[in-house]
Amino acid sequence: MDFVTFFALAIPLVVIAIMVIAHPSPVYSALFLVLTLFLLAVYFLFLDAHMVAALQIIVYAGAIMVLFLFVIMLLNLQSDTQPTPRHGLGRAAIIGGVILVAELGLLLQRSSSEQAESALPENFGTVEALGSQLFTTYLLPFEITGILLLVAVVGAVVLAKR
Amino acid sequence: MVPISYHLILSGILFTIGVTGVLLRRNIIIIFMAIELMLNAVNLSFVALARHFGNMDGQIIVFFVMSVAAAEVAVGLAIILLVFRGRETVNADELNLMRW
Repeated sequence: MDFVTFFALAIPLVVIAIMVIAHPSPVYSALFLVLTLFLLAVYFLFLDAHMVAALQIIVYAGAIMVLFLFVIMLLNLQSDTQPTPRHGLGRAAIIGGVILVAELGLLLQRSSSEQAESALPENFGTVEALGSQLFTTYLLPFEITGILLLVAVVGAVVLAKR
Repeated sequence: MVPISYHLILSGILFTIGVTGVLLRRNIIIIFMAIELMLNAVNLSFVALARHFGNMDGQIIVFFVMSVAAAEVAVGLAIILLVFRGRETVNADELNLMRW
């Protein structure tokens, strides 16, 4: 990934991510979040993570965000009318965030011993490579993930039916 | 080529935006979306580091993070629906039944 691509992706990403938390209407927030997820998928493609990029669009933008939009429309939410009452907390959050990013930048600048990137294997990030690792080395976590999803589905149905 | 630190700083910025959202907004659903933003920021640094070290393990962790996020959203939104039915609100400040 060269610098032009990086900034062409990173600047919209940050702006849209701010819109997600800044927009008063939940529906717009959800749609901005979809946009963020798509931009991240493109970002993943540039980082040679083809499978993860596809999963990002299918699982996140496809399944999770549709669930969000369904719930927002089911609840028929209006925009936040009342402003946040705790302005002190807001200011503290912004100051803390700026300090955190500054510290991170400083830390990364200090550790100037940038290693050269390792050479990539032949089929890095493809469905085949990820799948063969998932079904051999990571078979047990993969199966546990299946159980986790089953529990989540049953839990959601039980809670929603109550 | 963009050095690895650029990816990590971008990830940190996105994570910070997520934290700010959780602290600033009072609508539970938007707080939830800010949590998704934080999960994605972490995914970004995993993918960047996987690319940096030429090792697939980072991408596999991203796969697990995604499935946990899906489970979390399903259960969390069901809980939000249930709370909304009982209390008619999604404002986090008004849901203070369990506050000490």
